[in-house]
Amino acid sequence: MIPEIEELYQEVILDHSRRPRNFGELPNAAVRVHGDNPACGDEIHLAVKFDANGGLEDIKFTGRGCAISQASASLMTMKLKGKSRVDVMGMLRAFHDLVTEETSEAPKTLGDLRVMQGVRKFPQRVKCAMLPWRAVEQALEQGAGEATISTEPD
Amino acid sequence: MHKIATTTTDWKTIREDFPILHEKAHGHPLIYFDSAATSQKPRPVIEALRSFYEHENANVHRGLHTLSSRATEAYEKARQRVADYIGAASADEIVFTRGTTESINLVAQAWGGKFIREGDVILLTVMEHHSNLVPWQLLAERTRAQLRFVPVRDDGTLELEQLSSLLTPEVKLFAFTHVSNSLGTINPIAELCERARAVGALALVDAAQSVGHMPINVRELGCDFLAFSGHKMCGPTGIGALYGRAELLDATPPWHGGGEMIVSVALEKSAFKKAPHRFEAGTPNIAGAVGLAAAIEYIEQIGRPAIYEHDSQLAHYAAERLTELPGTRVFGPKEERGALAGFVMDAAHPHDLTTFADQYGLAMRGGHHCNQPLMRRFGVSGTTRASFYFYNTIEEIDRMIEILHAAVRFFS
Repeated sequence: MIPEIEELYQEVILDHSRRPRNFGELPNAAVRVHGDNPACGDEIHLAVKFDANGGLEDIKFTGRGCAISQASASLMTMKLKGKSRVDVMGMLRAFHDLVTEETSEAPKTLGDLRVMQGVRKFPQRVKCAMLPWRAVEQALEQGAGEATISTEPD
Repeated sequence: MHKIATTTTDWKTIREDFPILHEKAHGHPLIYFDSAATSQKPRPVIEALRSFYEHENANVHRGLHTLSSRATEAYEKARQRVADYIGAASADEIVFTRGTTESINLVAQAWGGKFIREGDVILLTVMEHHSNLVPWQLLAERTRAQLRFVPVRDDGTLELEQLSSLLTPEVKLFAFTHVSNSLGTINPIAELCERARAVGALALVDAAQSVGHMPINVRELGCDFLAFSGHKMCGPTGIGALYGRAELLDATPPWHGGGEMIVSVALEKSAFKKAPHRFEAGTPNIAGAVGLAAAIEYIEQIGRPAIYEHDSQLAHYAAERLTELPGTRVFGPKEERGALAGFVMDAAHPHDLTTFADQYGLAMRGGHHCNQPLMRRFGVSGTTRASFYFYNTIEEIDRMIEILHAAVRFFS
C-alpha cells in the first residue's frame, strides 16, 4: 500500500468513517448548524447543547460525506464534548494548523485528532476535514437557533 | 463483451503524439481518465501555437503591416475551418468565444435579452451542465420567462414521451446537451431539433462533450445554435465557438462593447459590424483560434467515425468491467454511451476514491461534475467519473479496475 494513502487514511480514520461516533439526532439542541461543501455535495448537520457555563454539554451530527469529513466530525464530537468555549476555540485553531501547516510536532492537547495530520499533504481535502469544525465554530457564534455554513465563502 | 479494434487506425502511434501521456504521477505512469474535463493536446496543436507566436503574432483586423495580415488570415482561416468542421453554411455563422459557457451566455444574454419576454418558456433538460442551466436562470429572472425541464429516466435517457406536453407554443427555445457529461447519454438531437421546430421553437445544442468525439453537421441536424469548447477536443483552453444560423446572428444585438466589433464610433452612439465580428469585442484569442484549427485538422486526419468507434468501445468496456466490482452502480444507458463512465461504490466516497486512485497515477474526477440537479435526481451527492479519448487504451481500463479493486479492499 502507498505510504501517503496509509498516512491519510489511518486505521482510526477508516474506523470512524465506517462507524461514526455521536452520529444521530440530539433532541432539545440549543443550536443546529447545517454545513455543506458545495464542491462535492457533502453535508453535515451538527446539533449542540450547552451547559450552564456555555460549554459544550452534548454534540451530535448527521449527514453524509467522504471518509475524511465523516471521521473528522466523529473524532471532533468525541473530543469536544464537555469542553469549555475557550477550549473549543483553542482546539479549532490547533486543528486548523494541524491540517494546513508544516509544524514539526502537533500539540498534545489535540490527542486523537492528531491522526488527521496526513490531510496536510492533500490540500484539496482540507475543506473536508474542516467542515465539521466550521460548523461548531458557527454554533458557538450563533448560540441558539439554526444556521447554515458553507466551505465556500459567499 | 464489446468488440475491440475493428478499425485499422494505429492508435498506439497516435497516442505518441501526446507528450504529456509520458508524465508520471506519484511515481506511476499517468493514466489520464479526465478528458471530459479537458483533453490533452497533441504535438501538432502545441506546435501550431508556438509557430503562430514565432512567425505570425500581431493583432487582427487593424494593422496594415505584414504580420497583422498574417495573423488576420490565420484567424479567419480558423473560422472557416470551424465552419467546415461542423457543416455550417458560412464562416459568418461562427463566433469565436472562450468556450461553451460563453457561447451559451451569448445566446442567453444577447439573443434572449432581445427576443425572450415574460410568459415565454425556455425548455431545458434535467441533465444539463450548469453552463446550460445558469445562463437561462439569469435570463428568466430578468425577463420573467419560465424554465421547464425534460425529466431523465433511471437509465439516464430523456423522458421523450413528456415532450408533447412540455413543448407548447410558449416555448421559444429548447436547449439541450448532445452528450451528458456525467451519464454519457447520447441524446437524439436531430429528433429534438425537429420537435422544437414543429412548435416554432429554436434549438440550441450543447456539443461540449460530443464535437471532438463524433461527426456533427449543423445543417443536417437543423439546429439553430450549437456551442462547444476547443479544449475538450485537443485544442487550447480559452477558445470555443458558437454556431448560429445567419439570420439569427444578424438579428441579435451585440453583448460586449469595445473595439473590433464596431464600424464607427461617435461619442453618443456607435454602429456595429455584422455577425460574427459584432460579437467579438476586444482583441480575440487569436492564437487560441489557430490552435483550435490545428486541433480540427488533427482530428480530421484520424477521422471522427474512427474516434467515435474507439471511444465508445472504451466506454462500453469500462462500464461493463465496473459492474464486476462489488457494490458498484454505473450510471447512464447500456446501449449508446459517450466516452465516459460515471459510477458510485458502496466502499468509498468519490473523493476518497479519486484521492486513492491518484496515488496510483490514475486521474479521474469525483464530485457533482457541474450537474447538481442531475445528481439530486439520482439521489447521490456526486459520482466518480472515468472519461476517455482516443489516446486511452483497454489496458488502462484494466489497470483502473485493478486499482478500484484495491480501493474496495482498503476502504471496506
